Amino acid sequence: MAITSAFGEAKDIRNLVEARKRAGIAWQVVFTFATALAVLFLMLLIGSIIDSVFGYTVILNEVDPSVVVEGKDKLEDFTRDELITAAEERLSAGILRRVEYEQPLLKRSDKDLRILVEQYVIKPKALKTWTLSESLMHKDEVMAFTAANERSHMVFRSWLTPEFVVADQSSDPLKAGIRTALLGSLWIILITFLFAFPIGVGAAIYLQEYAKDNRLNRMLQLNIFNLSAVPSIIYGLLGLALFVRAMEPLTSGSLFSNVVDNTANGRTILSGGLTLGLLVLPIIIINTQEALKAVPDSLRMSSYGIGATKWQTIWYQVLPVSIDRILTGTILALSRALGETAPLVVIGASTFISVDPSGIFSKFTTLPIQIYQWSARPQGAYRNIAAAAIVSLLILLLVMNSAAIYTRDKIARKKRLEA
Amino acid sequence: MTSLSRRSRISSLIPQTIMFLFALISIVITLGIAVILITESYLFFRDPAVNVWGFLTGKEWQPMIDKFGFLPLLNATLTTSVIAMSLGIPVGLSVAIYLGEYASDRTRAILKPVLEVLAGIPTIVYGYFALTFMTPLLRSIFGEGVVEIYNTASAGLVIGILVLPMIATMAEDAIGAVPKELRLASYALGGTKLETTFKVVIPAALSGLSATFLLALSRAIGETMVVALAAGAGPNLTANPFEAAETITGYIVRISGGDVSYNSVDYNSIFALGLVLFIITFTLNLISRKISNKFHQEYE
Repeated sequence: MAITSAFGEAKDIRNLVEARKRAGIAWQVVFTFATALAVLFLMLLIGSIIDSVFGYTVILNEVDPSVVVEGKDKLEDFTRDELITAAEERLSAGILRRVEYEQPLLKRSDKDLRILVEQYVIKPKALKTWTLSESLMHKDEVMAFTAANERSHMVFRSWLTPEFVVADQSSDPLKAGIRTALLGSLWIILITFLFAFPIGVGAAIYLQEYAKDNRLNRMLQLNIFNLSAVPSIIYGLLGLALFVRAMEPLTSGSLFSNVVDNTANGRTILSGGLTLGLLVLPIIIINTQEALKAVPDSLRMSSYGIGATKWQTIWYQVLPVSIDRILTGTILALSRALGETAPLVVIGASTFISVDPSGIFSKFTTLPIQIYQWSARPQGAYRNIAAAAIVSLLILLLVMNSAAIYTRDKIARKKRLEA
Repeated sequence: MTSLSRRSRISSLIPQTIMFLFALISIVITLGIAVILITESYLFFRDPAVNVWGFLTGKEWQPMIDKFGFLPLLNATLTTSVIAMSLGIPVGLSVAIYLGEYASDRTRAILKPVLEVLAGIPTIVYGYFALTFMTPLLRSIFGEGVVEIYNTASAGLVIGILVLPMIATMAEDAIGAVPKELRLASYALGGTKLETTFKVVIPAALSGLSATFLLALSRAIGETMVVALAAGAGPNLTANPFEAAETITGYIVRISGGDVSYNSVDYNSIFALGLVLFIITFTLNLISRKISNKFHQEYE
């Protein structure tokens, strides 16, 4: 006799169970596939950037080195005397006078002379660039292109070099570097830290240690969560109206001295740093609150127990045990600021700057802005230096995050030893 | 004795007051944003060429010829955001389910950092990725004649990847907050793992999940650098995601990055658009927060 139930016969139930199991497996495949997709996205992202950092470049020299000195195809082979002769003979009188005025040729280093000759005599130009994958798979295409363009030659080139990191900004992608942008980024981060850290930690201490559960404090908390999700471009508009325009005498430095360069018009490092300071403030507050929440209440109670005031408890007990987490949270917030582009573009961070920032009242550009400028250009070689700048930015972020983890571990270990 | 306790009370009161003032700064920032956006927008709407109704319903945004209808910009913003959500939500939710319900501890230990790295990469890098990878990919799939060099589809897909780690992490938190008893009860009734996930865990976590999706949507709407690089520079009212169209944020960045003199209509217009953006995202964030708070109360 067949077993029947509300669901039907035993065979049907078994089939149903099988079907349910199959559905389970099918969906598990879907979930796994989606997760693999996320990993794939990361790999594609990193891969597409690395791909643009290396590759063949076809270069056309305005004057070939072999024309300057018979039989030498490379500038590196030139002797010092040959370099000086080349400079003296081939530089136009005006340029030569300016160069001699800056520093006499004879007193310049070999490297300096070589750069000079390359810049004013050889004048190399990147005709076309290929990515790493293209270089590996379509080398024939590169060679055909080289053959089709007279006097050009191909080189396999890494766009990220030590020279790239220390070179000035330039309109020529072969010579351009990120030093100015890198210094700008570091200055901005410094101002952001000095502004947002004390205020952020202070606000978090109030909310976590002092605040009673009343309407005002609940509103403060909700507001901070909301602020942390406001689009960064809105902070740019705030910075533009507040720091760049309304507080211009302060942020351009003209309030303090008359000799300040006024071309910045308030679009200074100070304005940029403060704008990003406002942006990361809610993040620092939230991260610090999390750090303070992790401090066990027993510590506070024992401090009160021996007669300490609230402030003494916070200053001598709570902060010392939570400072490592607070710092880690702060560094994470600062790395967010380091990668921000939109707010700084909105406050009008200048785009082409070849002068290093000299203080908080300087004009500036930052790494992300530099990447934005280069990426937006259609010519191939700019894409390559944009990728090289991205790798530099990612390395900087990696260093910061490793530093955060290192400090946390180190302080944690020290504390364990003391205990 | 009294003097000692009074002194310590006062010396305790000073830091408390200072820190309270620091906490108040957050309110000042919010008010500052609101006041600045509203006053500058007021200057914009006071301009004879502009009126509020035309701004909200106009189908053309051409500041050169005094046409200030923001629908083309809003349309592009919604297009990129909808594309982003249709990639980000299913994939992000699947990742969250996989991490929360299926993955072993070791797999989780590998996958969590992947998500953290994805979340930590600056948005400008995603913009570069959209321009140099996603757009060529779309063009090679659909044909160069169909897909323009700048298009909202590429920007939208990359924003989807950008919000994916955020959706996955928050959704996993929401799923993890569902009490274990609910799952065990479902197993006891003979539910399979999948049925438990779909019919018990997800419905129970629904408010937490919707809070996540709203926040992600707000993030996608406010995202700037990806659209500035990949979506195109020119307002265009179109339903075709393969055409170039400028979003609200893209327009703000382009105008403020150029040489615009203060108090011109162009300059004031970015604040009016900023106000629209702020209202949309702030509302989404607020609703998300309310839902999420309620969700946490349910299970705590």
